[in-house]
Amino acid sequence: MTNAELIANDPGWLILAKAGIIFAFALVTVLLFIWAERRILGFMQNRLGPNRVGPFGLLQSLADGIKCALKEDIIPSGADKIVFVLAPAISAGAAFMSFAVMPATGEVTLFGQKTVMQLTDLPVGVLYVLAIASVGVYGIVLAGWSSGSTYPLLGGLRSSAQVISYEVAMGLSLVSVFIYSGSMSTGEIVAAQHGKWWYAVVLFPSFIIYVISMFGETNRAPFDLAEAEGELVAGFHTEYSSLKFALFFLAEYINIVAISALCTTLFLGGYHAFPGLGFTESWLGGWFTAFWFLAKVYGLCYFFIWVRGTLPRIRYDQFMKFGWKVLIPFNLVWIMVVATLRVLSQNSSRTAMIIFAGVIVALAMLASFLYDKSKAKAAIAEDDFVAPAPNFPVPALPTQPTSKVVNRG
Amino acid sequence: MANLEPKKNALANTEAVPVENTGPASLLQQAKGFWVTFSKQFQKKLTYNYPEEKPPVEPRFHGRHQLNRHPDGLEKCIGCELCAWACPADAIYVEGESNTEAERFSPGERYGKVYQINYLRCIFCGLCVEACPTRALTMTNEYELADDSRTKLIFEKEDLLAPLRQGMLQPPHPMYPGMDETNYYRGDVKQAHSSQESK
Repeated sequence: MTNAELIANDPGWLILAKAGIIFAFALVTVLLFIWAERRILGFMQNRLGPNRVGPFGLLQSLADGIKCALKEDIIPSGADKIVFVLAPAISAGAAFMSFAVMPATGEVTLFGQKTVMQLTDLPVGVLYVLAIASVGVYGIVLAGWSSGSTYPLLGGLRSSAQVISYEVAMGLSLVSVFIYSGSMSTGEIVAAQHGKWWYAVVLFPSFIIYVISMFGETNRAPFDLAEAEGELVAGFHTEYSSLKFALFFLAEYINIVAISALCTTLFLGGYHAFPGLGFTESWLGGWFTAFWFLAKVYGLCYFFIWVRGTLPRIRYDQFMKFGWKVLIPFNLVWIMVVATLRVLSQNSSRTAMIIFAGVIVALAMLASFLYDKSKAKAAIAEDDFVAPAPNFPVPALPTQPTSKVVNRG
Repeated sequence: MANLEPKKNALANTEAVPVENTGPASLLQQAKGFWVTFSKQFQKKLTYNYPEEKPPVEPRFHGRHQLNRHPDGLEKCIGCELCAWACPADAIYVEGESNTEAERFSPGERYGKVYQINYLRCIFCGLCVEACPTRALTMTNEYELADDSRTKLIFEKEDLLAPLRQGMLQPPHPMYPGMDETNYYRGDVKQAHSSQESK
């Protein structure tokens, strides 16, 4: 039985229970993630991080949440009140929704019902996640616009441009997964990877592009340009305070967990164990698969933190250039290669496939060679270039005196 | 006349060297960066858990002041106000008074009757310590001086006086028999004499 068939048999109360569990899981994970991020970043910077509230500072995020809730809720006089209040709710709501299609366990028994820990298995589950992520962008754009202030507006625009651009790269890297698994349903993609090489290995370039665009998609360092404090104060949520700010914060971190869960599902074999440890999947009546799922998701979350601790923020134009001129074209070529290989492997002989792969490698080498040559040429051209003297008056450099001061006594 | 010539300094004479744009670092070098942050996690942390573990300060650290005593318990302060005059922040207030045979606080003629240091004003520069002619005023290593009211941060003489140690007697009491203030100053008095005890 596939996941979709299992879920179809769920009674209404079980669906409600699962929704509750997913909600609680997301909240608790976010609280722990914020704590873990601050601790791990601290450790990476030779300090301890928050260790005062509760054992090892575990309750730090809870205390911060309470503090946030007790703070004064300010709505600027220039703000569009309705939209201003609505924006964080849209952001946070959309963030929670993408968890609905993540398969967290294999077949388990929950309250006497045979099911899987997945709220629903849509035939277009992955597209649903992308769509929900786009709805989340509305929260950001509306927040920036409704604040009635310059920095939030700029931050909101940056953020939306960024999320939309990197969603294209992300969506394209998912295409090869669809081609290989023959499905867009998250449950079936996980099932298609079972017992084979994970797509992270088979479709390695797609995996790399997905991981890079994860950071762009979630506004995280080194792509956290929407919140570049040196340029934009705090970006789109500059004017937000109290619980509304907390909602944005929550949404950001839920998005990170959700996008890690999607990565796990699509590229890292979902809830299945690591190769060679398949026997563990039947432990605890199948519930042990949740451990593998969480281990992979949290591993990716750790990677998010690690990258934040290592890489500096990049410039906005470089960031956009990278997205549109590198990731997307490369992705398109890669999809063509994958599609052709797939069709060849299904319809023709092995020889045709090998020949095609050889041609691709040769083309890649030729392209790389031509690129190097053109770069060398450009370097030579750059050396010869001498800027012509401007034929209009220019202000003098500060080291050159502009005029002599005559002492008049 | 205003001199508009550019200032001659070492920087102006140095020829600018164009920096070569090397482009992105190699993958190995970038991996090295990741290794730095990863390995740092397992190294010893620099943080002190302050209220629980107090980091040792340098021996010459400028902390709270202390009014010292002679080895028999008499105060070293002679109420000369040099510390108050030396103080650039005007944090010290001293009122001197004459010692009498009945009530002697310090060897010699005068003693400090009122001695206040306002720690809201004090900048811990140590000029008062340099000014003190009898080494009565020194600084301790104590730095926890925060409090919740202004009056609590004006330290009185009782707060600043050094505690009585072995062989010291609580003044007022007479000087060591056969010694004058010069002997005290030279350090001839090693501890209190039984005749100094008040009846």
